Amino acid sequence: MEIPSVIGAGLAVIGAGIGIGMIGGRAMEAIARQPEAYGKIQTAMLIAAALIEGIGFAAIFAG
Amino acid sequence: MRTTLVSKLLAVFLLCLGPVLFAKESTDEAQGPEGTKAEIKEYIEHHLQDSHDFSIASYTNEAGEKVHLGFPLPVILWDDGLKVFSSSKFHHGETVAQAGGNHYRLYHSKIYRTDAEGTIEYDEAHHPTNVKPLDLSITKNVVMMLVTGLLLFWIFTGMAKNYARTGGIPKGAGKFFEPIVLYIRDDIARPNIGEKKYKRYMPMLLTVFFFIWFLNMFGLTPLGVNVTGNIAVTTALALIVFLITNLTGTRDYWMHIFDPLGSAMPWYGKLVIYIILVPIEILGMFIKPFALLIRLYANMTAGHVVMMSLIGLIFIFKSWVGGPLSFGLSFAISLIEFFVALLQAYIFTMLSALYFGFASEEHEHEHEHEEPVLEHL
Repeated sequence: MEIPSVIGAGLAVIGAGIGIGMIGGRAMEAIARQPEAYGKIQTAMLIAAALIEGIGFAAIFAG
Repeated sequence: MRTTLVSKLLAVFLLCLGPVLFAKESTDEAQGPEGTKAEIKEYIEHHLQDSHDFSIASYTNEAGEKVHLGFPLPVILWDDGLKVFSSSKFHHGETVAQAGGNHYRLYHSKIYRTDAEGTIEYDEAHHPTNVKPLDLSITKNVVMMLVTGLLLFWIFTGMAKNYARTGGIPKGAGKFFEPIVLYIRDDIARPNIGEKKYKRYMPMLLTVFFFIWFLNMFGLTPLGVNVTGNIAVTTALALIVFLITNLTGTRDYWMHIFDPLGSAMPWYGKLVIYIILVPIEILGMFIKPFALLIRLYANMTAGHVVMMSLIGLIFIFKSWVGGPLSFGLSFAISLIEFFVALLQAYIFTMLSALYFGFASEEHEHEHEHEEPVLEHL
């Protein structure tokens, strides 16, 4: 049986979603611990999220 | 105070209502649900593409004729000499345009050279085999980029004049843009590029930020443009970043690519590692701007597809559910898209600054070499 490529794309997006969720959650924990480092944490969080998002989009286009 | 708040809310509301106007494309009742779905899909694809005329909406009048609202744009072709004519000659792809002894026809927003009847020949994969002349036309996207460029020029030269007159006190548009400019300088350029060199890159970072942001925002208006969701545009932007990064690269930057270990290891040890490491570093040079272009393109395209699909729900439901559902969802997505428009401009600027930072790195003392945290992006 052939698995449609959309299912693969969906799985990849689930992975990317979990990844971004973890980054967001950890960033919030970090901000709660060190509110003064808010700016730095946010920047690093956005960069990491953007990189993962790129993979998600690559998967969508491949699917 | 109260009335201004209400009118502001109303303005936002109307702005978000705007995309619903796209949906004016008529649907043929006789085609059934499958036909409607296919038409919506075609309509979305058409919206995502660049076009040779600036059409805002189209509808079918009582006489059954398709009426297009908008204006034609100049077509500039290089095909055995320069050919310039108005895109109104194509009649939205319905007729063949004649210019300088050649005939041209629009097919899926691309211009092909055809015979007088406008025949298009296909290969097995249903791709046209007709000659495609070099197309330098002022298309919809080009118009929007020119408009944005002029708008930015007008806003920021005006601001500069105001600053000169008041001696550094922001007035008018400056009150809105000053914090953003300062944010880019203090939170993007300075930490990533470094105190010594950030000034060199500021014009580029500010321009690219506002250019992308404005274009993203124009994409949310009922004009129906999708400039930053066009891969050619984002490729050009990423290419500029690539060129600046590599042309302003310092000795240390190139050392980092071709000799990252420096004097820390004898040459025979380095040889083994460099067989793997140097190709990866060289690939990284190209992957960085590539990721930049894919990210912006994919984000904006995805946003537009979601928005148009939600509007398409109206025609799929064809009942009282469709309208409010589609409106509510597209309203929510519009708000998210407002945020995404800003976020993508920020990410692009941020990562550009990071790459410029790599390019301008200088190690004063080799033994105190500190690995930057975001080394291998």
